[in-house]
Amino acid sequence: MSTSVERFDERARREADRVGQTVVHRGELLRHPVYTRVLHWLVAITFVLSLLTGFAIYSPWLYRWITPLFGGGPTTRFLHPWFGVAFDLFFLFQFLNWFAPMAWAKSDSRWLRRIREYVTNKEKVEAEDVGFFNAGQKLYFWAIAVSGVLFLISGLFLWFDDVVPRWLVAVSYVVHDIAGLVMLAGFVIHIYEGTAAQPGTFRSMIDGTVTRAWAWTHHPAWYRQVTGRDPREDYEQARRRQGERARAVEAWEDEQDARARRIDTPPGGPPPPD
Amino acid sequence: MSEPRMLQIQEISAHPGTVPGRGTQRAVQVAKYIDVTTCIGCKACEVACVEWNDHPFRETTFDNTYQTMPATDWNYWNLIKFAEHAREGNLMWLMRKDQCMHCEDPGCLRACPADGAIVKYENGIVDFQQENCIGCGYCISGCPFDIPKFNQQTKKVYKCTLCSDRVGQGLEPACIKACPTGCLHFGTKDDMVALANTRAQQLREQSGFPNAGVYDPQSIGGTHVVYVLHDATQPELYGLPANPVIPPSYTVWKWLAKPTGLLMAMMGIVAVFFHRVTVGPKEPQPELAPPVETQPDTVEAARKERP
Repeated sequence: MSTSVERFDERARREADRVGQTVVHRGELLRHPVYTRVLHWLVAITFVLSLLTGFAIYSPWLYRWITPLFGGGPTTRFLHPWFGVAFDLFFLFQFLNWFAPMAWAKSDSRWLRRIREYVTNKEKVEAEDVGFFNAGQKLYFWAIAVSGVLFLISGLFLWFDDVVPRWLVAVSYVVHDIAGLVMLAGFVIHIYEGTAAQPGTFRSMIDGTVTRAWAWTHHPAWYRQVTGRDPREDYEQARRRQGERARAVEAWEDEQDARARRIDTPPGGPPPPD
Repeated sequence: MSEPRMLQIQEISAHPGTVPGRGTQRAVQVAKYIDVTTCIGCKACEVACVEWNDHPFRETTFDNTYQTMPATDWNYWNLIKFAEHAREGNLMWLMRKDQCMHCEDPGCLRACPADGAIVKYENGIVDFQQENCIGCGYCISGCPFDIPKFNQQTKKVYKCTLCSDRVGQGLEPACIKACPTGCLHFGTKDDMVALANTRAQQLREQSGFPNAGVYDPQSIGGTHVVYVLHDATQPELYGLPANPVIPPSYTVWKWLAKPTGLLMAMMGIVAVFFHRVTVGPKEPQPELAPPVETQPDTVEAARKERP
């Protein structure tokens, strides 16, 4: 089964790369190929649409705010399950695409033990065993996978409530909400980490590439894997170079200042007053 | 459909904020009285309901009983249910007029997520406003009596209105007007409960039904339809739940956990915003301009420079 999935994924990536392209400049690395990026944004768009239509029905406080965006209450209610089905379908493909790199490893448990340092930015560079995805990303992925299934099952019960018993509809109502809140919590963190919290990350889902510095900072083990170089060594080297560059710039600036002073005060002292 | 100018609304489904005009009118609690012991199963009430509400005539389903069809439908709100029950070697042919019970604490209204799709009037009538209905069907699973029915064509839910359009004009519901035996009455809730208690006492003392009583289930705060039953200890014989309840997911969950979840979601957004403002971003290392270890406070520095 896994081999057929791999074959499918490989073919999908190949086909997507034939249609679209990823330009990798010097000093950059390919992070997400075209297929992954397209899937990611299909999942994201359908998720946001499901979230908005769902939240309109979720809370009376939001009902009158959100339903006009979708053409009124009945339309919102009609669209919501279809957005949800589309989300689940696109995520299924993303699940197959990312199943292998999302596998949990020992290094991920170690990452979770360092979560406090991660959140408070105490560690400027990630530990060397952090691979293509870190444990937080993997947790979010598996949370979506589990809640995606819960969404689908409870959603179908709520959708076709005339063929299932009343208590099952009442239980599904709660399950659907919990799945939604789990997803929403992860979603807020995901957007934050992907944009404001980590400069240089957002372009990996738009252009598909990241800088080498980004890679050895956030995913050193992946950096080692794709470049065959030591992430910590390259980081130290870059740091030394930057220090040298900073000192050189400083020296140059000092020289410029000194020269400016010499021009201001010509030899022989200041000119005599008239 | 209702006549909103005549009936003051007391509660609105999924409605944030206050109910306009609530409590500004004097309104008596109304109730329908149904004495199943004097029902003869003539179905005049069924016909009157279809007539008054201008429902289209439709095919019925024969299921080897006298019952018109197995259950009420979106265009058939009033149905006499026929049940056969052996009692002390005799056959009891129980006939119960089934329709919306107009609960004091309506499960349909609790479950409804659409603002204004279900209203409860000050007089106790629970009414659906189809123009606001989004067709989600939550009211169906919220109802302990399996009353709201979905119309596949219009994607709206319908049920008995207790003739709110007639009651608003000072008339009794159509089914009451049609009943030939006097087993149906309409009036204030107090009057109808008193009448039902009197009748139940009569059944207990004079007619040999020691368990006769009134069905006005307090598990949902009472209903605005009260039954007199031969045996009030076994309402299941008539197809009535002994303790009708609204699923807790529509009461506890909806009014406690849902706002809490929303609040936590908003706090999450605030939390990441202030994380950015205080802790700051994770820049790829080394950063272009190495951070200065301590940024001097310029005002403080200027103050110190002056002796």
